[in-house]
Amino acid sequence: MSLDLRNGVINMGHGSGGRATSELIETLFLKHFDNELLRQGNDQACFNVAAGRMVMSTDSHVISPLFFPGGDIGSLAVHGTINDVAMSGARPLYLSAGFILEEGFPLADLERIVISMAGAAKQAGVKIICGDTKVVDKGKGDGVFINTTGVGVVSAGVNISGDQARPGDVILLSGTIGDHGIAVLSKRENLDFETRIESDSAALHDLVTVMIKAVPQIHCLRDPTRGGLATTLNELAKQSAVGMQLREVDIPMRTEVAAACELLGLDPLYIANEGKLIAICAAADAKLLLSVMRKHPLGRDAVIIGEVLPDKRQLVQMQTVFGGQRLVDWLMADQLPRIC
Amino acid sequence: MKYIDEFRDQQTARRIAAAIKQAAQAERHYRLMEFCGGHTHAIFRYGIQDLMPANVEFVHGPGCPVCVLPAARIDEAMQLAEQHDVILCIYGDMMRVPAGSRRSLMQAKADGADIRMIYSTQDALQIARDNLDRQVVFFAIGFETTTPATAVAIKQAAAAGLENFSVFCNHVLTPAALGAILNAPEPVTIDAFLGPSHVSTIIGSRPYERLAKEYGKPIVVAGFEPLDVMQSALMAIRLVNDGSHEVKNEYSRAVTRDGNSKAQTFMTEIFELRDSFEWRGLGVIADSALQIRSEFSTFDAEKRFVIETHAISDVKGCACPEILRGQKKPVECKLFGTVCTPANPMGSCMVSSEGACAAYWSYGRHRVCQDVNKPHEP
Repeated sequence: MSLDLRNGVINMGHGSGGRATSELIETLFLKHFDNELLRQGNDQACFNVAAGRMVMSTDSHVISPLFFPGGDIGSLAVHGTINDVAMSGARPLYLSAGFILEEGFPLADLERIVISMAGAAKQAGVKIICGDTKVVDKGKGDGVFINTTGVGVVSAGVNISGDQARPGDVILLSGTIGDHGIAVLSKRENLDFETRIESDSAALHDLVTVMIKAVPQIHCLRDPTRGGLATTLNELAKQSAVGMQLREVDIPMRTEVAAACELLGLDPLYIANEGKLIAICAAADAKLLLSVMRKHPLGRDAVIIGEVLPDKRQLVQMQTVFGGQRLVDWLMADQLPRIC
Repeated sequence: MKYIDEFRDQQTARRIAAAIKQAAQAERHYRLMEFCGGHTHAIFRYGIQDLMPANVEFVHGPGCPVCVLPAARIDEAMQLAEQHDVILCIYGDMMRVPAGSRRSLMQAKADGADIRMIYSTQDALQIARDNLDRQVVFFAIGFETTTPATAVAIKQAAAAGLENFSVFCNHVLTPAALGAILNAPEPVTIDAFLGPSHVSTIIGSRPYERLAKEYGKPIVVAGFEPLDVMQSALMAIRLVNDGSHEVKNEYSRAVTRDGNSKAQTFMTEIFELRDSFEWRGLGVIADSALQIRSEFSTFDAEKRFVIETHAISDVKGCACPEILRGQKKPVECKLFGTVCTPANPMGSCMVSSEGACAAYWSYGRHRVCQDVNKPHEP
């Protein structure tokens, strides 16, 4: 029995641990993720590490729809974890990939996802060296869930952490906000609208490398994913026990994203991004950091969006386009569409 | 998008702000009630109060459909989902409002009730078509803005013989709410109203004329864009200065005096006046809400299912009623920011994104909570 990648579907046998599982691994995962560590066929991957500090991060991906403009769950699972590792200033090295598949899921879709993951990992120079596959009964999953865990190494002298923001520091943003969230929303079953927006899903470690080379003493790095720019800045303000002051006019946004947010009654500050980062550094380093970011393709729209302030209340505030002042709060729950 | 940018232009905002400063007479204090949550939201999101002189004050009105719905009606919707095993289709904002025993529809959903958040009445119809073996109820709320869409859905269901679809109707009428505010036993001091915008695209500006004349208050129909709100405030201040009791239309790009006659025809075809309806904050108001006409009663969830009515009291100390009448500001509520926050709302005004308490908390806490050193966590 060979795997029918064109018309076949996942069945419970693929998660049994027997022949069918082995066949799935060989004809799909091993074929596309192929590397010497994976090829050894062990239950774990064994590798040498450089001296110094290691970084580890994990992320589970449960996105709906699985395929969206600018990416899919596969590329997202690779980029998301690489970025979480990279935001410590580390160079990501290896990834694991755990798949939870729903019975009945088309093998053709699974192959498409695996090829996309393999491509994203290859482009990022990161290897997928171990993995796991489980199958759940039909109705107990949403097609496919992917967990990836990443490890990396951080160079000596780099000490980037969310608690390092200090009053007087400058806040930089690598580009436009809201692209990923709006691209995904536009393809939701009950909310189909026409847009040219593509997800910004991308691996940011190369951008981080050039930033650290120029300014090794960057204080904080974080990618504003779920909860958007607003929530991520609030997390940093809380961790560092500081306040922040932003300028709305300086926050870059594509016209299409602004229009979609307007239509749906959403605030773009809370929309997810998958290929952007926030950097906080001393004011004296800001100019240099901004200039190296702008020379990198993933940071060419980088801007300074505000400053860190002393504030016991740890509030993130913003001067609006009108010149008034507003608070930029935590995301309370998923944003809901307007009704009036 | 050019359209949006034009209504958010900084230079224009500064020009209007300067005109307001000039028009507002130093010896007077202007209390302008913005009727809708959409206005309140714009005022806070764009920091418009910061651009106003000290003697121009915004008083927040009751125009938030989620806020004015009494908890008992949410409880009744919950009964439909939990005891009658229906698929309950709701607009998102309703999800988190605490009802009886402070339980929300979101909690009912987590406990297994089939509650689905929809974006339009057409989604509810589609769910009914896809689930012919289940009863599907649309929890209809809102002012006249959302009513025509509900009317159309009922017409479509009737035409298609979609027998498993019905509507739990909670549509309310704006002029009645405005009247209740002006007619309150202890009426609040208001110099002028910034009147509803989206609602007025349907009903027009004419229904406000009687109220303006009878109570001697100018009303400016105001759009929801921040520049609309500012321009309307300027128009309202000038009308107050002139002692005028007119209705003016700032939102003329969308609102006419007579409104959308086609939408009105749909509404009259499907709905009739309810004798009375209880509003949160405003109490029981005669002729203030709609019910489904008897010709379409097969689509009326209140007729199709046996729904028990229980009185549900608001949380003790919750000032939502006074806030909805414009008698209190959110910060004057003892629960604001202490036990009541958007993460743990005690009243509807803290839940809805159009609610005054949520706007104060989410956009303006830095201004009003200087003493609250406790950082907020999600």
